[in-house]
Amino acid sequence: MLWFHNARLIDPETGTDDIGTLLVKDGQIVERDAPCPDGAQAVDCGGKCLAPGIVDMGVQVGEPGAQHKESLRTAGLAAARGGVTTIVMRPDTDPAIDTPEVLEYVTRRATARTPVNIRAMAALTRGREGREMAEIGFLLDAGAVAFTDGDRVSTDTKVLSRCMAYARGLGALVIGHPQDPGLSRGACATSGKFASLRGLPAVSPMAERMGFDRDMGLVEMTGVRYHADQVTCARTLPALERAKANGLDVTAGISIHHLTLNELDVGSYRSFFKFTPPLRSEDDRRAMVQAVADGLIDVICSMHTPQDEESKRLPFEEAASGAVGLETLLPAAMRLYHSEGLPLPLIWRALSLNPAKRLGLAGGRLAKGAPGDLVLFDPDAPFVLDRFKLASKSKNTPYDGARMEGRVLATYVAGQCVFSAQEVPA
Amino acid sequence: MTFTQDHLLGIEHLHPVEITTILDLAEQYVALNRSAEKHARALEGMTQINMFFENSTRTQASFELAGKRLGADVMNMSVAQSSVKKGETLIDTALTLNAMHPDLLVVRHGSSGAVDLLAQKVTCAVLNAGDGKHEHPTQALLDALTIRRTKGRLHRLTVAICGDIAHSRVARSNLILLGKMENRVRLVGPGTLMPKGVEEFGVEVFDDMKAGLEGADVVMMLRLQRERMDGGFVPSEREYFHRYGLDAEKLAYAKDDAIVMHPGPMNRGVEIDGAIADDINRSVIQEQVEMGVAVRMAAMDLLAQNLRRRRERDRLRRIADE
Repeated sequence: MLWFHNARLIDPETGTDDIGTLLVKDGQIVERDAPCPDGAQAVDCGGKCLAPGIVDMGVQVGEPGAQHKESLRTAGLAAARGGVTTIVMRPDTDPAIDTPEVLEYVTRRATARTPVNIRAMAALTRGREGREMAEIGFLLDAGAVAFTDGDRVSTDTKVLSRCMAYARGLGALVIGHPQDPGLSRGACATSGKFASLRGLPAVSPMAERMGFDRDMGLVEMTGVRYHADQVTCARTLPALERAKANGLDVTAGISIHHLTLNELDVGSYRSFFKFTPPLRSEDDRRAMVQAVADGLIDVICSMHTPQDEESKRLPFEEAASGAVGLETLLPAAMRLYHSEGLPLPLIWRALSLNPAKRLGLAGGRLAKGAPGDLVLFDPDAPFVLDRFKLASKSKNTPYDGARMEGRVLATYVAGQCVFSAQEVPA
Repeated sequence: MTFTQDHLLGIEHLHPVEITTILDLAEQYVALNRSAEKHARALEGMTQINMFFENSTRTQASFELAGKRLGADVMNMSVAQSSVKKGETLIDTALTLNAMHPDLLVVRHGSSGAVDLLAQKVTCAVLNAGDGKHEHPTQALLDALTIRRTKGRLHRLTVAICGDIAHSRVARSNLILLGKMENRVRLVGPGTLMPKGVEEFGVEVFDDMKAGLEGADVVMMLRLQRERMDGGFVPSEREYFHRYGLDAEKLAYAKDDAIVMHPGPMNRGVEIDGAIADDINRSVIQEQVEMGVAVRMAAMDLLAQNLRRRRERDRLRRIADE
């Protein structure tokens, strides 16, 4: 039994940010603002923030297939240190999570090796190849929380429409990557002055809108529950707004990188800043921050993509894309608080409550009966990020050397402390 | 000091004064190259390695000759058919070479930014001989020298760069250089071969060639880079020549004394009419090749001076530390 007191309780559900107390018993939140009961261990939060643990929707773990980049154990450690209490794994493993057997293997290993909750998404099609439907029903029974082929966009709309229609029958959530596969082929930057100056193959932001529009057509046709993994361009927002207004069951996410960085950060070809989709213009970035503030974009995630040095130390065009993000998600999100003026409960809606609700998980709340998955953090603590101190096996973060504010002090999963900053030398 | 660079990676990094410094020194080497005794000692005792990940005859020969005339030991590595094929990465190749203590490394690579990456990993001076669709600084410098010698100045000229801008590193380096020296730059080409956002560089964009050439002092033609294209950017070569190939009719729109330039190799009958290319009154294409050797000698000379100075400084610092 843990009694947290002297804490700024960040409650995304009620939108409040007040000093209060929280009692956690048997892995669940039992009471708010009650005196300390007998036998409870009191935790003085020192006036720092206590919020529901982050539900990170879309984490790549290298296991199985690329354990040298990230294993379930290191991903779990990184998550605990980053205040992420639920990792929602992407199915882009090798082999892909496209059968109940692979899903079960991953879940079993995850439970034994990681201190945080791990839930997995499954592939929508076998091998994520966009040709044959995966066993959506079996996978759902085995615990898959959503279905996606990741950033591989199928060109075969017939297969996709069947997958969606089938998923609709089971009430499954389908996650798409809005991007026109033809226009974006071979591109590693957003078209515009910067990409032209650097001589990089580039894709128009319009490709995202076109991909999104196509998916909306299929959603309207099939009635499936749909989530766009990353909406990163201002041009896509009116289409998203329209889809929601028309009553389609649609949500959208964005990676923290697209909210805090822009295309100019690539500078002289720094491959740690290569992402899929590529970083956008500053205008787009600001439009996205506003969309998060307006609630048009529902989910912020890390899009954690571990890459070893070998796959990054290459010319920009040839380098692998993606960045690790489990540990930097919270401090980077604090930039939205400090620099963009977004209130903490609103940020936590996107980090925790919305993804949990969308995936049918219990987290994201501080209400009675919610799981005792919590993060205690200091939103103002400044530090300079050193990538070699990250717990992830891969160290490919764009924030290396960046000045950041916001430190995780402790992380609790089901009422158990899984990380405490005191154990780590500063 | 008027030239402060450690490497020559792109025109983007050069100050206008540095550009002028290179060109001024190159003038001296033009004279040297025309004399009977074509030898200087600026690079004596130094090792120059030419590393071409993309095949090249002209640029590689030009760099080789430039190094030899300055007294350097020059080695050519045709990396296109060596260890890279065995899976070695660019950085490993660079580190291997670096261990042989070269002083100047001349690199051409098919990926934009590859030469920048390599320069971070070696201790010698690196010259970019062309990286992907990014920059080709010595080409822009030799074009600038050619213009300055024939037009008598390198400012307030109207320069039309025509053709395949999108795939051309020559065009990027040239438009940056010409802009820095305060010229009026026009880009002429079909929409498919025009990079996005290029208007923001302070250039005028034309898709009609005659309008683009109107009153130009310099007409710079670019090669249609078919090897860099994935799929069709123009319907056919004959249609391209009809609309964008430089012939007497289109050239008539430029000033009467306008010069015609081409970085080579030319596709006669595709982007340029053979008769124009050979017209000694208009075409300075052969002169460009000559200026290429001189400009590369000047650039390597200046980089070598900085390298010697840097090494001497490091040596003194080490002694002081001890």
